[in-house]
Amino acid sequence: MKGLLEEMTEKALARNIPISVQVDLTYRCNERCVHCYLDHDDHGEMTTAEIKHLLDEMADAGVFILTLSGGEIFVRKDFFEILEYARRKLLFCVKLKTNAILIREREAARIRDLGVESIQISIYSHRPEVHDAITLVPGSLKRSLDGVRFLKSQGLRVVLANVLMVQNAQDYRGVRALAEELGVECTLDPTITPMMDGNRGVLSLGVGQNTLHDVFRDEALVGDVDEFCAIAAPADDSVLGALPCSASHTSCYVSPYGDVFPCVQFPLPTGNVRKQRFIDIWRHSDEMNDVRSIRLKDLTTCTSCTHVSSCSRCPGLAFMEGNMRGPSSQDCEKSFAKTGVPSANMLNKARTRTAANLVQIRALPTMAGAPA
Amino acid sequence: MSRLYLARNPRVAARGLDGEMMIMSGRDSTLFTLNKTATILWQSADGTTPLDEIVEHRICQEFEVEPAEALHDAETLARELARHEILQISEEPIPQTAPALGGSR
Repeated sequence: MKGLLEEMTEKALARNIPISVQVDLTYRCNERCVHCYLDHDDHGEMTTAEIKHLLDEMADAGVFILTLSGGEIFVRKDFFEILEYARRKLLFCVKLKTNAILIREREAARIRDLGVESIQISIYSHRPEVHDAITLVPGSLKRSLDGVRFLKSQGLRVVLANVLMVQNAQDYRGVRALAEELGVECTLDPTITPMMDGNRGVLSLGVGQNTLHDVFRDEALVGDVDEFCAIAAPADDSVLGALPCSASHTSCYVSPYGDVFPCVQFPLPTGNVRKQRFIDIWRHSDEMNDVRSIRLKDLTTCTSCTHVSSCSRCPGLAFMEGNMRGPSSQDCEKSFAKTGVPSANMLNKARTRTAANLVQIRALPTMAGAPA
Repeated sequence: MSRLYLARNPRVAARGLDGEMMIMSGRDSTLFTLNKTATILWQSADGTTPLDEIVEHRICQEFEVEPAEALHDAETLARELARHEILQISEEPIPQTAPALGGSR
């Protein structure tokens, strides 16, 4: 049976309504996480008035779920003015993403009064020496957990978001136990996003096959391991006609500078709300419509892949690899770790490597002068 | 007979979608969609207009119903919406903390 939110999302899809939007209020941050994809300088953030105007336009466009994120949202001095406007005047369902370092009792009470739906807080480990070595801020785990407790004491819904990387690969069970002790939810994500400027150096922090293999077989995380790691049934027409994800279909992302993208993880510029109306970008941008046109059957490599119907392929990560209709290698690695079956992309790469090796063999001295 | 006043619960989220009103409860994030009559009550719930006036000027204009019957049904519906913490109801006018525009969008 479909949930009501799913039904409303389908309705939004049919009417081309962006039901869910993430707005990053700033890229400035009071932490310096080693895996972060952002440049933390301020290159001209939207003013309070510009953000309120954008929120007005988004409400008119039918946006219901508004995620406010960053950077660190609480470094903006006008954060509560923006939040109050979004909740009291425009009645958005507001979700927050923060490190909670700046949340004390007073802030938690105000967040409760304003009726925020949930607060997602980045926690990388239950051990201060590991968490703080990732955020590069001594004492940050303690401050973040204090923030979690203040929010929880107000009866708010809190979700710990744990990004899995080489530094904390052994600690996800500890974070889950901590979440249980605090009475909050917990998510785990092994995806590392390339830097916004295209630098892929941070990807070296991603966990390897062995860790992914173990994580995907942890019953506490995935439930029925056999079902979770099963090879998907061959894709039929309905699967191949499906949408890759919600980006550009029912959701999008707006940067602190007013740039609109299909998703926070999909840096394809589609317009800027300082120059155009939000709804015009959403409806008429060529780039937005290009992303909107993609179906699984259009993917260059993935259509023929064993995993096409079960893969978590992110079109944004594929875009950052060079082709939004191509594969996303991180998701190929995940499918391989689950099933033990290499993806079509992995097989192609292996063939290319073999061919390249053959080409690189130096000619024997006796053949060097031979005619072609 | 005492009059009933309605106000929107400031903790809910709301948006109109294709003629339907989507409401998310501030208590437990449960999602509701309101029917036409409930949408009229939501849109008219300014804390100062009594329910009988809402029924007379909005509901009876929209639907062909007897005013007394319409008032009875509207009161039942308003109490149901209050039970889900979507509306606040009182026999006195309810002061509002800030104007909310989202409901009409």
